Amino acid sequence: MAAAISISNLIKSFGRTRALDGLDLTVQGGEVHGYVGPNGAGKTTTIRILLGLLRGDEGHAELLGGDPWNDAVALHRRLAYVPGDVNLWPNLTGGEIIDLFARLRGGVDRARRDDLLQRFDLDPTKKGRTYSKGNRQKVALIAGLASDAELLILDEPTSGLDPLMEVVFRDCIQEVKAEGRTVLLSSHVLAEVEALCDRISIIRLGRVVETGSLAELRHLTRTTITAEVAKPATGLAELPGIHNLQTEDGRISFDVDTGRLEDTVSHLAGLGVRALTSHPPTLEELLLRHYGDEPAQAQEAVAEGSS
Amino acid sequence: MTSLTGTTRLIRFILRRDRVRLSVWVLAIALSVLGSVASFAETYPTAADRQTRAEVLDNPAGQLFIGPGYGSDNYTYGAMTANEMLPLAAVAVALMSIFLVVRHTRAEEENERAELVRAAPVGRLAPLTATLTVAVGAQLGLAALLTIGLPASLEGLSTTGSLAFSTALAGVGVVFAGLAAVAAQLTVAARGAIGIASMAVGGAYLVRSVGDMNDTALKWVSPFGWATEMRAYVDERWWPFLLSVALAAGAVAVAVAINRQRDVGFGIIAERPGPPRAARALGSPFGLALRLQRATLSWWGVSFFVLGLLYGGIAQEAASLYEDIDALEDYLVRIGAADPADQYLALTASVSALMAAGYVIQSVLRARSEEAALRAEPMLATPVGRHRWLGSHLMMALGGSIVLLLAFGLGTGIARVISTGDAGELPRLIGAALAYAPALWVFGGLAAALFGLVPREAAAAWGVLAVIAFIGFLGPILQLPDWSYDLSPLEHVPTLPVADFSVAPELVLTAVAAALVGLGLVAFRRRDLQT
Ligand SMILES: Nc1ncnc2c1ncn2[C@@H]1O[C@H](COP(=O)(O)OP(=O)(O)OP(=O)(O)O)[C@@H](O)[C@H]1O
Ligand SMILES: [Mg+2]
Repeated sequence: MAAAISISNLIKSFGRTRALDGLDLTVQGGEVHGYVGPNGAGKTTTIRILLGLLRGDEGHAELLGGDPWNDAVALHRRLAYVPGDVNLWPNLTGGEIIDLFARLRGGVDRARRDDLLQRFDLDPTKKGRTYSKGNRQKVALIAGLASDAELLILDEPTSGLDPLMEVVFRDCIQEVKAEGRTVLLSSHVLAEVEALCDRISIIRLGRVVETGSLAELRHLTRTTITAEVAKPATGLAELPGIHNLQTEDGRISFDVDTGRLEDTVSHLAGLGVRALTSHPPTLEELLLRHYGDEPAQAQEAVAEGSS
Repeated sequence: MTSLTGTTRLIRFILRRDRVRLSVWVLAIALSVLGSVASFAETYPTAADRQTRAEVLDNPAGQLFIGPGYGSDNYTYGAMTANEMLPLAAVAVALMSIFLVVRHTRAEEENERAELVRAAPVGRLAPLTATLTVAVGAQLGLAALLTIGLPASLEGLSTTGSLAFSTALAGVGVVFAGLAAVAAQLTVAARGAIGIASMAVGGAYLVRSVGDMNDTALKWVSPFGWATEMRAYVDERWWPFLLSVALAAGAVAVAVAINRQRDVGFGIIAERPGPPRAARALGSPFGLALRLQRATLSWWGVSFFVLGLLYGGIAQEAASLYEDIDALEDYLVRIGAADPADQYLALTASVSALMAAGYVIQSVLRARSEEAALRAEPMLATPVGRHRWLGSHLMMALGGSIVLLLAFGLGTGIARVISTGDAGELPRLIGAALAYAPALWVFGGLAAALFGLVPREAAAAWGVLAVIAFIGFLGPILQLPDWSYDLSPLEHVPTLPVADFSVAPELVLTAVAAALVGLGLVAFRRRDLQT
């Protein structure tokens, strides 16, 4: 399938802050694409440009084969959006707001709407100003999910939802995926991203620093290994690609660049392994490397690993 | 008194946040009064000049828009100051109190900042107490400025009179601070609280004018009446100020009682559940704009109709009084010897058009508040283009202006048909009101253009309206040059029913409005959404 979203070298500044600084992002048709990164990295800005609400300063952005700024109205017929900051009209009820958005997109699918109301356990007769934060979020979510748009753009759609509703949300996205529709999911809930997304892009300081499936991202980074060995762990520290080595009477643990795994394991074999556990980095570990203050180190590791 | 914990800190915080806003309000009111008063010496150098002025104003229309006319028989500078400056300054002071109080009480709760504040060690009543303290302080500051400034601005203004003038003003300010505090307890929305309190201002002003016009006890029902009844510079009486203090204290007691009971973020007017599904009309950007603004428009419409009935009803009486005044009679002859009742009706039509401009501006700026509150964003992410979205709000504003003028014309027309028995008055007066529509559209266009070009400063449209109102009301007193009147679009409308209708100025106004609207639409289409 063709790319649903393709962005290259996109730049956007607000006065002196450079929110996007040469961003590249590709979302394939039919995939659920996770978009993660620290606060202020530029996720919402990217989405607003894709929706034609902001205009990029430089670079190229294409959405469903059209130009997000010039073809906004035509493109919006084919997508649904759930904003991160949900502000409802204080004196409209949730039901009215959901219907309004459905009609603006072409019509209300009663069955689907009622089904979603029930699954998300939302009272549609309350006024906008009386909903709790999570319930405000549900109104926006239902309004987005009730459409059969081919592309869903979701900006932190589950912030404020309780765990039960989080499960309902995941089910809904699985259904969307099964129908072959495309989803761009910006989120800070990593478990959600891990469970739902085919591919992930990590953004930091206005640039996408890594993109790929979770497996690919893991491959580019380190595996954590813990082992009990019979002999003293000599020579290990000198091997290339070993990090955070700790030894404590026969128990050793370290991280190893995934590209160096083979050498490392054969070296371990020579030490008389009694027990061995290894686990791939969790998404959280992966991300923390990018979120922290040491992006240079993380990027170095990536470069090394992929060479 | 743990419920007051943190009050001092909050007072400092409010002063810090509002140091510019508050200074602008106080200085603007003080300087308007002092500047106008200072110009009296030049405009009315002799006692005879002042006496002529007194005669011109001594009629129902004068009592309606200006003051009750104490001291008309010996119209000193002092009497002039009290009669011509006090009533309008009192409205300004009332509005200052309302905006200040609602902004720091209900508006804070509505945007949920109050929760942050109350989560800190701050007592239940602290925000209200702090706000009222600042509001009263602002009134005292203004009163001090005026008490010192008035005698300095114009020789012949006594210190006692100036003190009475300032006290009267402060009385009004304090009363409406109290009433605004009550209004802020009632609704959940700040907009609603301001609406209720502003209606109290309008109602009180109306009651005062009707009371003064017929010199009935009705004027004693209104805080504005208490201010003018202090008879500053003429025959000072201090006890009406006690009425203001008593009402203010009563209002504050009610506000405090409610505030003590209710939950943060909630009002007294309970939220009822609404329809689970949208009505058919709520399916387009215009349907939404209509839904958001219909309540406001209805209130304005009803008010304009009632205002029209009132003006139409007293036109005859006003006219008969005109005829007794030689100076005015001469004036009427000079400009074409129209029927005095028509003169009066033409004047009221232009004044209501000025008020309607306020509706038009706030209605256009609704688009701005939607944008700033991030509610435009999801709308514009649906297949609704920028032009269609903004156009819907503009339709409410420009179409709404026609509704208001129609309501006003209907009101004056019906009242005149009843009093004259001439059915022809109705279409004639509706026409006279509708003639102002293109001028109102220019105000709408101005707000739209500002919204498109400089969204964060779009509220400057209010500044333009304020300047135009200032010139309109005080221009004759300040003897401003003629061209300054021409700045107002309203000035170019043929003054029906006195003058004949002419189509050229209407077309020019419509063209200017269209150009401004076009500019606003194009500029909005080309810019980023901004919070
Ligand atoms: N309208 C604006 N004016 C000025 N700066 C802005 C504006 N909008 C965003 N920014 C800045 O651009 C940067 C990117 O912000 P953005 O909202 O895209 O981040 P984000 O990745 O969505 O963060 P979060 O996870 O907190 O939602 C931030 O530094 C932000 O302060
Ligand atoms: Mg964001």
